[in-house]
Amino acid sequence: MQPFWREAFGNAASLHHFGREAAAALDEAHAILGCAIGARAGEVVFTGCGSEADNLALRGVAFAMRHAGRRGPGHIITTPIEHHAVEATACQLRDLFGFDLTLLPVDGCGRVDPDDVRRAIRADTVIVSVMLANNEVGTLQPISEIGAICREHGIPFHSDAVQAPAYLPLDVNALNVDLLALSSHKFYGPKGVGVLYLREGTPYIPPITGGGHERGRRPGTVNVAGAVGSAAAMRYVARQRDAQSARLVALRDRLIAGVLDRVPDARLTGHPTERLPHLASFVFKDVDGESLLMALDVEGFAVSTGSACTSGNPEPSPVLLAMGIPPAWALGSLRISLGYDTRAEDIEALLEVLPRCVERVRRSALAFSHG
Amino acid sequence: MAKTRVVVAMSGGVDSSVAAALLVQQGYEVIGIMLRLWADEAGSGAAMHVNRCCTPEAVADARAIARLLGIPFYDIHAEGVFKQRVVDPWVAAYADATTPNPCFNCNRSVRFGFLLQKALALGADYLATGHYARVVRKADGRFGLLRGKDAHKDQSYVLHVLGQRELAHAMFPVGDYTKEEVRAMARAFGLPTAERAESQDLCFLTQGDYRDFLVRHAPAVARPGPILDTRGQVIGQHAGLPFYTIGQRKGLHLTTRSANAEPLYVIRLDRANNALVVGSAEELGTPAARVRAMHYVSGKAPADPLRCTAKIRYKAREAAGWLHPAPDGGATFVFDDRQRDVTPGQGLVCYAGDEVIGGGVITPDD
Repeated sequence: MQPFWREAFGNAASLHHFGREAAAALDEAHAILGCAIGARAGEVVFTGCGSEADNLALRGVAFAMRHAGRRGPGHIITTPIEHHAVEATACQLRDLFGFDLTLLPVDGCGRVDPDDVRRAIRADTVIVSVMLANNEVGTLQPISEIGAICREHGIPFHSDAVQAPAYLPLDVNALNVDLLALSSHKFYGPKGVGVLYLREGTPYIPPITGGGHERGRRPGTVNVAGAVGSAAAMRYVARQRDAQSARLVALRDRLIAGVLDRVPDARLTGHPTERLPHLASFVFKDVDGESLLMALDVEGFAVSTGSACTSGNPEPSPVLLAMGIPPAWALGSLRISLGYDTRAEDIEALLEVLPRCVERVRRSALAFSHG
Repeated sequence: MAKTRVVVAMSGGVDSSVAAALLVQQGYEVIGIMLRLWADEAGSGAAMHVNRCCTPEAVADARAIARLLGIPFYDIHAEGVFKQRVVDPWVAAYADATTPNPCFNCNRSVRFGFLLQKALALGADYLATGHYARVVRKADGRFGLLRGKDAHKDQSYVLHVLGQRELAHAMFPVGDYTKEEVRAMARAFGLPTAERAESQDLCFLTQGDYRDFLVRHAPAVARPGPILDTRGQVIGQHAGLPFYTIGQRKGLHLTTRSANAEPLYVIRLDRANNALVVGSAEELGTPAARVRAMHYVSGKAPADPLRCTAKIRYKAREAAGWLHPAPDGGATFVFDDRQRDVTPGQGLVCYAGDEVIGGGVITPDD
């Protein structure tokens, strides 16, 4: 990746020799990314981030399907547990552009039932979008089954797979997806690079218009260094993935057992087994998630919470509410992501600190009910 | 032994930055937190409107200072809490024809409520702010709130709402210094905010003054009515009681006035009749101020009337008199000399020497 910041600074769209060098590197990055997910190089589109990939997928397909006619304003199917990049895009398409929107139900583990997809599909459905693995609770979706149903009905199927590549093998054909969104920094690549897999033949109107970069599907000068870095990262994770996942599942399950054992009023969120190998997620009754996050950060643990504290009045995560978790629990959500560098000692250290932090946050809420 | 952990409420300004630096120097484990407060979304532009005390630049300043000091820094959202606990009651108080001070509710419910709770949750023992005031542990074990050393900058007036529970966790590191000394320390610490201008206006107003704000957020307050002299003669029209404050002389636009008449001042906002009552400078004086709910820093009302001094506004000169606690939790302060500009909605804060006894919101007479 390094040479493309400096020595090989050419624009891949230029004809001169600098550009050729960049173009060759970019070709190779497309090929590597495509190969890693069972796609052709030409079906890989580099974007500025995972959110952009999701946006291109939804907007590009929804408008193309509408433009192709016969289907009226169009109908979008997705889930209530999507990342904001899909959720906000789908809502905007509904609110400002007249698309109808169906949110599929999820069960207590956050799983979509493929039969519900079948039931939701209508003659005017333009796209179905279901995330591969949820970012808050780690639950894996039956993507392959859902994709098969969409294909039966001839409806383009998109999946946000941003959480997956470092831990799960991805094959767009086995998954039956027409579109797939990835984000490079989620598989140890550089930040600010996303990837959209766009199956050849999928109806698509580029939401960004401009030149012919990325075969016109995402005009705009490509971040060559970022693309090359992403390809290198994808190669790296492909070599490690199986061994790391097996190791992390053991650590994750040790963490889950430890937390449930040591913290009173704690529940695991998401599916107990059909979940991302590196992700443990919990809710704690009567705990302010933001305070818990800061308390753990002060102790040296970087974690996250699903409760959006965008105003100071904590709002429970809509994902958790959709799973039927009561608000008093959902406000105290905690997501702990492990990584390739996480060791068993880290898990034990966290298990030492976490019960104390939860206890302290609970006590402070009792002491000052800022009234 | 583990260091004592202190959360500093940071604003990016010089006072809270020096407070943080002093605590680091004194060996505390310091954590900086900046609150994102609510701001008026004036106009219909799509741009984000940010509170004056937490603009993106101020957040960046605070983050840079935290980095310089090597302390963790969090900027956390408190817009909803601030709107609910500070702005809404402030608007309601204006609608009630009083002139409120929003800093009281902010210090009570946002800084020493919401933020103190966060601090305790983080395992901190103290919440420090950049206020010019001091906390002392008294002989009887109680905590006392004292004026800041710098008489001109003293902010004990807006902190009178604190009680024993809050003071037990409060630190005001710059309270022992003058503003000049604080600026000098900022330079010595190499803090980039040393020369920044002071903020003056209400932090949540993004454009215009409080009158524009009220018209946008509580249009019903702009109910015109008569301006009366003290004999009940109509001598003009007002635009709505909340646009005026006791002691105001300018902007009355009186219609019936002889050229050589003495100047007239707002002496009362008559809610019942939606009338603005004006009178001469002599008529502006009041012998006493009444408070419906008196808060005592010690947690206990004095048994007998208390000889002390009182401030009726943040920048008012103190007046001597007697504080008469009432059995219903209210109090009346009787001034030795009639006081000008006693304004319902503002705070009456009582002092024994440098120590804050307590205070409350001045209630209208009617």
